[in-house]
Amino acid sequence: MKRWIAFSNIFAKDMRAYYLKPPNVSWGIIFPLAWTGMFFIRSGMGIESVLDLLPGVVTISILFGTTSLLSVTLTFERRNRSFERLLLAPISLEVLMLAKTSGAILFGVVNAFVPIVIAAFLTDMSGIAWSLVVPAIILIGIVSTFLGLFISVSASEVFEAQTFSNFFRFPMIFLCGLFFPVLSLPIFVRWLSYILPVTYGVDILHGAVNGEHIMSFTLDFAILGAFCIVLFLLSLLNIKRRWII
Amino acid sequence: MKSDNSPAIEVTGLTKRYAEVIAVNDISFQVDHGELFGFLGPNGAGKTTTINMLTGLARLDAGRIKISGIDCTRNPKAAQHLTGIVPDESNLYPELTGFDNLCFCAALYGIRKSERQQRAQELLESFGLNDAAHRKFAGYSKGMKRKLTFAAGIIHQPPILFLDEPTTGIDVGSARQVRQIIADLHRKGTTIFLTTHYIEEAERLCERIAFIVDGRIVRTDRTVDLLKPVKGKNVLLLSISNTGANLSKEISSAFPEYQFQSTASGQIRVESVEPVNVGPLIRFLEEQGLQVTEARRHLPSLEDIFVQVTGIEAGLMIREKEKAGGGGNQ
Repeated sequence: MKRWIAFSNIFAKDMRAYYLKPPNVSWGIIFPLAWTGMFFIRSGMGIESVLDLLPGVVTISILFGTTSLLSVTLTFERRNRSFERLLLAPISLEVLMLAKTSGAILFGVVNAFVPIVIAAFLTDMSGIAWSLVVPAIILIGIVSTFLGLFISVSASEVFEAQTFSNFFRFPMIFLCGLFFPVLSLPIFVRWLSYILPVTYGVDILHGAVNGEHIMSFTLDFAILGAFCIVLFLLSLLNIKRRWII
Repeated sequence: MKSDNSPAIEVTGLTKRYAEVIAVNDISFQVDHGELFGFLGPNGAGKTTTINMLTGLARLDAGRIKISGIDCTRNPKAAQHLTGIVPDESNLYPELTGFDNLCFCAALYGIRKSERQQRAQELLESFGLNDAAHRKFAGYSKGMKRKLTFAAGIIHQPPILFLDEPTTGIDVGSARQVRQIIADLHRKGTTIFLTTHYIEEAERLCERIAFIVDGRIVRTDRTVDLLKPVKGKNVLLLSISNTGANLSKEISSAFPEYQFQSTASGQIRVESVEPVNVGPLIRFLEEQGLQVTEARRHLPSLEDIFVQVTGIEAGLMIREKEKAGGGGNQ
């Protein structure tokens, strides 16, 4: 019970202090809106292309939504030493970091639904397998957040965290099959796609929305889950190594 | 709270290195339950590093830590439910109000909503921060920030409290209030580990004191025992405007009942068991060609012992801290 009180209060504090602040709410709406508009207009393929673009736009919204804020808030809290207060509390590092990342995950998942809501007004979405889309969105949210966590615990300054984030995020747009199929990438860069977790999430979304996917859903979910665990454990290890010196 | 009869804090051979620098060098001490233990030393002596290791914010390179009998050497989290920490710098959330900060800190220890709100209200009242309760922490003055940080450290009513330079950098009034709160907590039975570079503060508050210099504990004793050598002594400080020839031999042979010593600030320190007869002494010095500009009675204190044991001047210690941005309040 005590652990739950601590967890829920860290989560609620972060939501109030960071994620529900007007600039971040507007970023959460405008960013996916801009990406959605840009791709739909630029594709030049008309309304029927909406479902082709949806998996990529959903993923990009989650990726940028989760990593942008988490890397800044964590580095900021560490800089002003308020993160020490959390480290001094009698809760395990695992629970603490899950609480710290829950806000970012929720923020990413909510961001994902902005393009989905827009698409609902433009096209027929009855053929979408929601039972795959929803868990895929949640898992992409978790894996992106943990990627952001891994980046932010490796940085000492806010600007460093932002630079590292961009170093990972922008190549992912091209390498993870968001808008260009992985199989159409030159063979010598294709291996990069398979070591990036987002590739597997996008594959599920493409399969659930358009029926086109490279791997089996089970394998995609399993690999995504494994990435979540590995990234989280690596981040914890990094915190112990770099922040508790 | 106690596990068998073990001390509240037990430290053996604690060592911490940062690259080539040994910040804490093989220190051992123990603090009993309900005791107010002082850790006194200059800037960079290893006080904060020791607290960080004791609270789990820094890894130890060697040694052993036990809190209330719980071995925290490998698992610093094991005893965090028993401890409270007031760090040397405020580390609360600037975007939250004073009240919300306290409630949040209480929640980290699993305290339920109604109880944490009640405790936060009580602490804001006792620290005189009621009017600022619903203002953002970022807008607080330095003294107010310090007091709220103190309140946050005790909101879960820990039996063991670590205070890192609790009065550094705050105004005299706030410092007095903080000292009063420390004394009250001690009276109620809280074990307190206090680091400070204010000798007077340590003397006034602590039952036992360890002097730490360059990462080593050079002496640990009860405050009354530390003060024994100077207790009942009469000390006179003479300021001389034209310090010239060394006359220590002549003075000592003329006044064998007194002990003389030249201080680093150019004064002559006269020490005696009986009260010092000022008239003949000044006349003698003037006959020797010295001009005595001031004769001041000095009440011997822990500062004298600290200087004697460590060779560090107390004034220098405070100036160093002020230079480092700590401010002063004494």
